[in-house]
This record gives sequence, C-alpha cells and structure tokens, in this order.
Amino acid sequence: MARITASVYTSHVPAIGAALDLGKTDDPYWRPLFAGYEGSKQWMREHRPDVVILVYNDHATAFSLDLMPTFAIGTGAEFQPADEGWGPRPVPKVVGHPELAAHIAQSVIQDDFDLTIVNRMDVDHGLTVPLSLLCGQPEVWPCQVIPFAVNVVLYPAPSGRRCYELGRAIRRAVESYDEPFDVQVWGTGGMSHQLQGPRAGLINREWDERFLDRLIDDPAGLSQVPHIEYVREAGSEGIELVMWLIARGAMADACGGPRPAVVRRFYHVPASNTAVGHLILEEPAA
Amino acid sequence: MALAKPYLDIPGTTIFDAEQSRKGYWLNQFCMSLLKPENRARFKADERAYLDEWPMNEAQKRAVLERDLNQAIAAGGNIYFLARIGATDGKSFQQMAASMTGMTEQEYKDMMLAGGRSPDGNRVVGEDGTAQAHRQPQGRGRPGWGC
Repeated sequence: MARITASVYTSHVPAIGAALDLGKTDDPYWRPLFAGYEGSKQWMREHRPDVVILVYNDHATAFSLDLMPTFAIGTGAEFQPADEGWGPRPVPKVVGHPELAAHIAQSVIQDDFDLTIVNRMDVDHGLTVPLSLLCGQPEVWPCQVIPFAVNVVLYPAPSGRRCYELGRAIRRAVESYDEPFDVQVWGTGGMSHQLQGPRAGLINREWDERFLDRLIDDPAGLSQVPHIEYVREAGSEGIELVMWLIARGAMADACGGPRPAVVRRFYHVPASNTAVGHLILEEPAA
Repeated sequence: MALAKPYLDIPGTTIFDAEQSRKGYWLNQFCMSLLKPENRARFKADERAYLDEWPMNEAQKRAVLERDLNQAIAAGGNIYFLARIGATDGKSFQQMAASMTGMTEQEYKDMMLAGGRSPDGNRVVGEDGTAQAHRQPQGRGRPGWGC
C-alpha cells in the first residue's frame, strides 16, 4: 500500500525563483535564505518520495475569473511551467501521476470534497518555486508531482478547518492505493505578507512563529482560526497559509496516530515582500 | 440578508470578493491576456488602442495607463492579475508593491530589510499605523512607475 512519509511546508515567493534562475543565490540579500534550505535539500536527496502531492495556489495563471475552482487536482501526465508575464521559468516540466491522482480524486470526492479535475494546465511559481527550493536545479525533477490547487485569490478561500479535513481525506485516499509508494504532501504559500494597497509589506514575525508552533503541536486547534485573523494579522496574502493545513491534516496524528518528528524549521524575513517559513515533518518509522 | 464582510475595517486593504470581482471582471481579464507574449507586444505598441478593445470603463483604463495600482484595485482589479502589467513593463513584485505605498523602491526595500511593516496600528481603521489613510503617502515615491 502507498504511505505518507512526510510533509513539507514552504513559502513560494516568485522572487526566490527569479534569484535561482538568474544565479543570484550568493548575493548577500539572498544567501541567508538559500542557506536555510541547504539541509532540506540534503534531506530531500535522502528521503526521495515516489510522488509529491503539492498543494499550492494558482496566481491568476491557469485559472482566470472565467473559472475559479476552490480545489483542483491535476490528473494529467505532465504540466508545463507557465509564462507569468516574464516568460516561463527555465525549470523542468512537471511529470504527474495520473493513476494515483485519479484514485485520490475518486476517493476524496466520495469523501465529500468536491474537487475539480484538471487534465491540462500550466503550473506557476506557486508550484515550481517549492520544487526548486527542495530539489535545486536538476535536469528533471526527482519525483512525480500531483498538482493540487487551492483558490486563495478570490474571497472566500476555503476555511482552515475544511483544509485540515481535506488533508485527512487525502491521507485515507493515499493509504488505500494499492502500490508500495512513498508519498509526501507539501503545503505551500505564506507566511505573513501583503502585496496590495498602502498596507503592502506587512510582516508579523510573532504571529508567524506562533503559527509554526501550533502547526506542529496543535494543528486541529489552529485549523479553527477564522479567515479574518489571517488577513488582519498576517496580511491579505497571508491567507495562503490555510494550504499548510491540508498537508498537516495528511499526517498520522490527525487520524489518531503518532506525532511526526520536526526535521527542519526555518524562518527568514524578507524575500521581496514576504516572510519565508519552512518546516519538514517526518512520520515515525513504521 | 446581506453577506457579512468583517474585513472592511482593515486599513489600506481591499479584499477581492465577489463584488470587487464583478466590478473588475474585464480589467482583470485584460490583465490575463498579457500572459501571451503576442498580446504583451500589441499592448506595448499602442496601449490605448489595446485597452479600447476591452469593455472596461474609463477609470479602469486610466488606472492602467498611469500604472496606478491603488486606483486599479479600487476599480475592481486584483493584485495577482494586475501584476501582469508590471511584468509586461519588466517590473518586480517589490517595485509594484512599493508603488502602492507612496514610497520609492529603495524606501520600501529598506522597510522590508528592517523586518517589514509592523501590524501595530495597522490592524483596524482608526489606529495610527503607517497604512492608515491619514498617513498617506508614506514616502517620496509617486503612483505608478513612470511608463
């Protein structure tokens, strides 16, 4: 049977992708940030999964106001890096896992979560920057990736509680898949940031650190935090953090199992307009 | 009964909800068209003519021409869509964000390097933080980026 081995959490700031693609990782501005991910890249090499379910949000790239699904799962065979206006990032195409994705879709929809099925879409920095941060700059990505898009652009985003419950449903789906795959679930976006209006540039380190603490120790309680607190305390784009609760809900302790181990924890301000947070939680060895 | 909008009392912030989305539909779809290189080239060649192909109102078109993102947001634009205009001009997200604060790019960058804008005084309209209406503009910048 397939099993979830770990969950990974990271911000997905587009400027991080640009810094990597333009060879600026040793600039004094960027060096502390990339140094924070060195150990994570090493961990990733040592814990390479077969498939990553990568929870991210599309930033008005694949989905426009013509169609804005709350939850969408990529069931296609491959996904191209998107042209977001600056030209596509020079990164490998994303190879999906249509069989596992279709299995998850069927299981999760019958578990009362209404996913939109996507066979063709381009993937933007929300998906490719986390891959770059954890995998570096390879010729091909080291694992297959199932894109899982969440609407956090058009209000309202799904509640934290619903995201957490969705994570639990994804765990049930993975555990009922009849292949011996190692699967990781990644939650991306955040942390505190606001990109719009006179309040742009808002950062709330104290709130972010508390979010990381609670994500580790009290995810069910954290999932009860209402939208308005994210917006008021962590900025209008800080609402992306609800996506981390999907990955957290997929861990064993959300279904009565043992607690995960904290393998990595990192926090850095700033990356462009944004506070960067990162965690890796590993399931206890079976 | 009207839907509750608990987010209207946050200073310097416009939540992109159903009402804003309805108001800004064509403005945002125009921005979306700039994902295609050929459309970016046509827009750059004659901005006014390209905008006139879209059923946008004059305030929306003017906000685009002046690169005034605060006005564009007031007219129903969403920042992720509007970012296509900045990308077309070769601007970074940080430059776009700075343009909405009245700070120069350097002033804004310095604020971020110093830890960002504090939430203190910026949680609720009527406090005294830097994002409050009576504290605008916040620096020596001008709206837009002079295109």
